[in-house]
Amino acid sequence: MPAVIAEGLVKSFGNTKALCGVDFDVERGQILGVLGPNGAGKTTAVRILTTLLRPDAGRAEIDGIDVLEEPQRARARIGLTGQYAAVDESLSGHENLEHVARLYHMGTAVARERATELLERFDLLDAGSRVVKGYSGGMRRRLDIAMSLIARPSVLFLDEPTTGLDPRSRQSVWALIDELVRGGTTTLLTTQYLDEADRLADDIVVIDRGRAIARGSSEELKQQIGGELIEVELEDPGDAQRVIDVLGHHACGDPHVADDGRTVSLPVFRVEGLVPVAVRELDTAAIAVHDVAARRATLDDVFFALTGHAAEEGSTDGQDNGADGSDDGAADRSQAGGPGDGRAASGGDQVVVEEAVLQETERS
Amino acid sequence: MTTVDEVLLTPAAEHDVPTGRMWLLHDSWTEALRHLRAMRRSPELLMYATIQPIMFVVLFVYVFGGAITAPGYSDYKQYLLPGIFAQTVLFNSSFTAVGLADDLTKGIIDRLRSLPMYQEAVLVGRTFSDVVRNLLTFTVMLGVAFAVGFRIEGTMAQAVSATVLLFAFSYAFSWIQALVGLSVGSVEAANSASFIWMFPLTFVSSAFVPVETMPGWLQPIAEHNPFTIVTNATRALYNGRDPGSDLWLAWAWAIGIALVFGLLATRKFASATGK
Repeated sequence: MPAVIAEGLVKSFGNTKALCGVDFDVERGQILGVLGPNGAGKTTAVRILTTLLRPDAGRAEIDGIDVLEEPQRARARIGLTGQYAAVDESLSGHENLEHVARLYHMGTAVARERATELLERFDLLDAGSRVVKGYSGGMRRRLDIAMSLIARPSVLFLDEPTTGLDPRSRQSVWALIDELVRGGTTTLLTTQYLDEADRLADDIVVIDRGRAIARGSSEELKQQIGGELIEVELEDPGDAQRVIDVLGHHACGDPHVADDGRTVSLPVFRVEGLVPVAVRELDTAAIAVHDVAARRATLDDVFFALTGHAAEEGSTDGQDNGADGSDDGAADRSQAGGPGDGRAASGGDQVVVEEAVLQETERS
Repeated sequence: MTTVDEVLLTPAAEHDVPTGRMWLLHDSWTEALRHLRAMRRSPELLMYATIQPIMFVVLFVYVFGGAITAPGYSDYKQYLLPGIFAQTVLFNSSFTAVGLADDLTKGIIDRLRSLPMYQEAVLVGRTFSDVVRNLLTFTVMLGVAFAVGFRIEGTMAQAVSATVLLFAFSYAFSWIQALVGLSVGSVEAANSASFIWMFPLTFVSSAFVPVETMPGWLQPIAEHNPFTIVTNATRALYNGRDPGSDLWLAWAWAIGIALVFGLLATRKFASATGK
């Protein structure tokens, strides 16, 4: 029996439909990545599963417990890390942990012991007696995740755990989640980042405008969309079709031309070694290019491949906006501009940010 | 990695957390303790909550006091200070709104609602901790009142009865503020939304001037204002006079407000989520 079952979840806020019948489940010991842009309905789904919201239709189970009928029993089995670090700033790290432990009705001694254990485990022991106000974003996030693990939950929910974090903290949270998963904690992770889902999840569900539009293992999904891309930047926008004709035989999906016609992206299975080949072929065909580059697929590419439109920022639940990540280019990049502003045209910038993140994270 | 398993995992048998009504007190106290700790760590907030009523005392006793006469009271201070007590404890109820809005926007309410705790304890704990804050400000106020020459002329029993009424009334208002805090989207909004309406409520009343001195159209409003009723009752009791029907009317208001808004706030809480 799966540890988490979501069946036909429907939820509207006023006239906007946040979820229009979403199904998925998470097998015990597995990690499911729910991937989608802002406003796709990810947070709404998590809130229904964690008893915070009642769906208009559908049902949800945790460990075979119906969350609508027996919310208290379901709550005893879950840990929730929301989009913002839900820590009390005026308490110390230790007090925050102890507080949550007491609300799980642990005895004082057990609560204290468990708090210390988790501080040690999450590398916060030195900071444990300090007031959280002075913690960095990464430390808050670690404490936040520790708080959701205090009762050794049977299912852990992580709602965009790295949104708003700087690259270094993001890397350390990833390492942490990696360990949790290796330890066998059943986890449901929502994210806007394909690389995050790719790296952490066993299975991925792609959600768009309240519907699940694709699901499968990370590998299966990549087979479908091409996990990597080759991107050609042209001197003359008129050459776009010729580029597709010349390089099309490498592609595993539909090529995509940016709105200004200067950038052509072709999804490929393996980009390794392809750039020199492509350069030679373009040269032979006498097509003038600014640049030929390889990059990993982003959420935008996934959405383009699956739906034919770019990942749009919906306003379905108005609750997915990662506004507090304003100091972090990586977190904000998928929000650049409003819906339908030809986001693909800014693909070049995204590549730069993405690579900067990768370099940064690899150094640390 | 065995350390991971030990710290992070557990057999499912341990997941049956005891829950139910008997945890209301335990969980409320746990939550109240969180707020009381926070209060101790930012005493400046408590200080500001005290400075304002002291300013009002000084302003009304020394600036307006000479120009205001209260029929039946030879000393305006004896008339005024019970009104300021009532206003102070009522103003303090806005801490409930601000605190809840803060927890809500930070996602703390989301976390609490996902725990197997007794859910309403979040509201009970919050309102209770605000009573404690109120007690501290009230004690300081009382000291200032004595310093400017206010005297309790009633019996001990009457004074206690007046004080308990004030706190009951303010506690009832905490539930209005709980609803406000859960309904508005931000701490800033909670700050204004919890405060602005209390100015007309406390000034269009008998707290500072006798209702008879107001224009005719305003008098019925001021007379039936529950704040007037509470002020009249406590003023009578502190001055050793008979509060008459004002006493039980004031209690009826307090209980009625607490019941209605307790219900509304609890309902709101059951679906409250952060942004």
